[in-house]
Amino acid sequence: MIVASSASSVQTKNKIPRIVFIGQPNTGKSTFFNTVTKSNAGVANWPGLTVDFMQANLDNNGKTYEFVDLPGIYDLEGFTEDELVVQKFLENYNFDLIVCVINASQIDRQILMPLQVQRLGLPCVLMLNMADEVKRFGVKINTKELSETLNMPVFTISAKYGSGCVLAIQGIWDKLQTIDDSYKCSDIANFFRSNKVTDKDMDEVCKIGVEMPSEDVTTFSNRLDSILLNRVVGLPIFFISMLAVFLAIWFVGMPLQDPVGNFTDWLQGAAIEPSLSFLPKGFSDFIINGPYAGFAALLGFVPLVAFFFVVMTALEDSGYLSRAAYLMDALMRAAGLDGRGFVLQLFGFGCNVPAIMGTRTIRSKTQRLLSILIIPFALCSARLQVFVFFLGIILPGIVGGFALWLLYIISFVVAFVLAMIFNLSGQFKSKDPFVIELPPYRTPTFKQVALNVWSEMTTFVRNLAIFMIIGTCITWYLTNYPGGAEGMNTYAGRIGTFFQPLMAPLGINPLLTVSLIIGFVAKEVQLAAVATMYGLGEGSDALKTTLGGVITFRQGFSYCLFSLLYVPCLTTVATIWGETKSARFTIFSVTVSMVVAWVVAFGFYQSWGLIFS
Amino acid sequence: MTTQLTLSDLDVSDGTAMVVDVVSDGSQIGDGFRDRLIAMGLRKGKTVKVLRKAPAGDPYQVRVGSTTEIAIRKTEAKLVLISKS
Repeated sequence: MIVASSASSVQTKNKIPRIVFIGQPNTGKSTFFNTVTKSNAGVANWPGLTVDFMQANLDNNGKTYEFVDLPGIYDLEGFTEDELVVQKFLENYNFDLIVCVINASQIDRQILMPLQVQRLGLPCVLMLNMADEVKRFGVKINTKELSETLNMPVFTISAKYGSGCVLAIQGIWDKLQTIDDSYKCSDIANFFRSNKVTDKDMDEVCKIGVEMPSEDVTTFSNRLDSILLNRVVGLPIFFISMLAVFLAIWFVGMPLQDPVGNFTDWLQGAAIEPSLSFLPKGFSDFIINGPYAGFAALLGFVPLVAFFFVVMTALEDSGYLSRAAYLMDALMRAAGLDGRGFVLQLFGFGCNVPAIMGTRTIRSKTQRLLSILIIPFALCSARLQVFVFFLGIILPGIVGGFALWLLYIISFVVAFVLAMIFNLSGQFKSKDPFVIELPPYRTPTFKQVALNVWSEMTTFVRNLAIFMIIGTCITWYLTNYPGGAEGMNTYAGRIGTFFQPLMAPLGINPLLTVSLIIGFVAKEVQLAAVATMYGLGEGSDALKTTLGGVITFRQGFSYCLFSLLYVPCLTTVATIWGETKSARFTIFSVTVSMVVAWVVAFGFYQSWGLIFS
Repeated sequence: MTTQLTLSDLDVSDGTAMVVDVVSDGSQIGDGFRDRLIAMGLRKGKTVKVLRKAPAGDPYQVRVGSTTEIAIRKTEAKLVLISKS
């Protein structure tokens, strides 16, 4: 029988019993959650909570149950954003059962959370995950003893490889049958201040049912680390592998876009245009060049981003990204950031949005803001498309590849130097402690990578779809109105002309200025806008020839620099706002990027002119 | 008076040492960080061993107990009081 504590109370039974998953980060909690819910979970927004998490409804014996996956946290009493979210959830929503997932190979310290749950007096099932690593490390756990001591069912599983999961899931259902109440917590943090789970408590539990291996073993990971983290060759290996990643994106990811582009073109010609033929010309033209163009552009972009996430997820699951943080920490410190900041910046090369969300792990508010401020300078895969297209025109062949590499370097250097300046100015001075886990090397599994990429991509498409469609609709309107106007007489042309005094010193003509304004919505629409402005098909050879005729290298590269550094997209701005909840900071961030973009493009365009004319 | 040894004083060649205590500077961040270190296994009675130091000499790669490995900066390692065995 479980007795509620002073921080938990019995509530009327939920109509739909709610099962809550908790655990430390990197314990495989979400993998197990996916196994339990058969990957049917969707993202759910909970009123009053800032973070979305996965949720799924499952039927068992004619009854519906709700499963919720809370963010990974180190303990229940802390005050980082994620920890507060978990506390708030347990304090505001009635639940029926807690499923606590721990990395059993580290049970000597991860036992903390099950003990905290026990102390709160909540019904719980404990999952000892990573059975494979437990075996490899030679950790011995007597689950029967442990279950008796903790007074909760205990199961050994490997969420990654699926072993033990059937029994464990049955265990959850069995436990649910025995629970007649729902629960809710109150003031958890305060409760633990006077009821702390001590070292002694943890040791006592472990003394009974757990035997840890010797501290002196040399594991496979240790041997691999002696090469990959080696003081001499560690960094070179890291840089070479990063170069390999970007080459892979170039040679594998980019070509993946062609079939999708061909498909949307084919769909347009074979299905969309004929089926719209009954509409007035102007209207069908709008649908094809407005919403459909936006949709097609977004779709064409999916393979590249997905490929990027496949590579990054595999690297992260392998444990190498944490090592990258370790290797790069010293450099990042000079900018007032740490190794995590480097990894986030690396993620930003894929998409700024998840990178900004990833700053949640940074405790110090100032350091987090500083990270958020510089991530938008990371050359994301959306911008990559713009550069590939423009560099192909102004610098055909291998030189273009080097120019692209140069843009990556500029992207990082600008971010780094800005962070350094803001750190020195004292505005974002921070003292965030740096300590991260270095998990053993693991083989990423296809299932895990696929699941993660799928969830990233659905979020990505959902977040962007609306912006893309609105963006292309606005472009269409600005470039077709007022009625009968063409070229510079359209609204778009007039806006471009209006900004000429500002953009002419950068060598950016009115038409391209308009594409930059539209690129504010999303970089994916920027190219579509260039095509529309010149009245030619996106990516068509005609467009390339036309642009090649009117744009010099100096103008084209200045345009690339500006595109690289100014506001990446509306979604990023929205994410910055959402994460910081500060309109002031968001405006500041947008302003900084505009100013930097202008100054750098101006500097390049003018000095190139001085040197070569 | 002998100065208290901390994890930051430990060298790769020193082998295993014992955690005596984890201290906080008293601020909220400090207390929270102390809890984080403890949750990562750096608590009284646990063994620590510096496996290697990063190319710049900082951060350290440290084994805590037998199955946890972490990267920790010198500044933070100063919060972990140890005794050499």
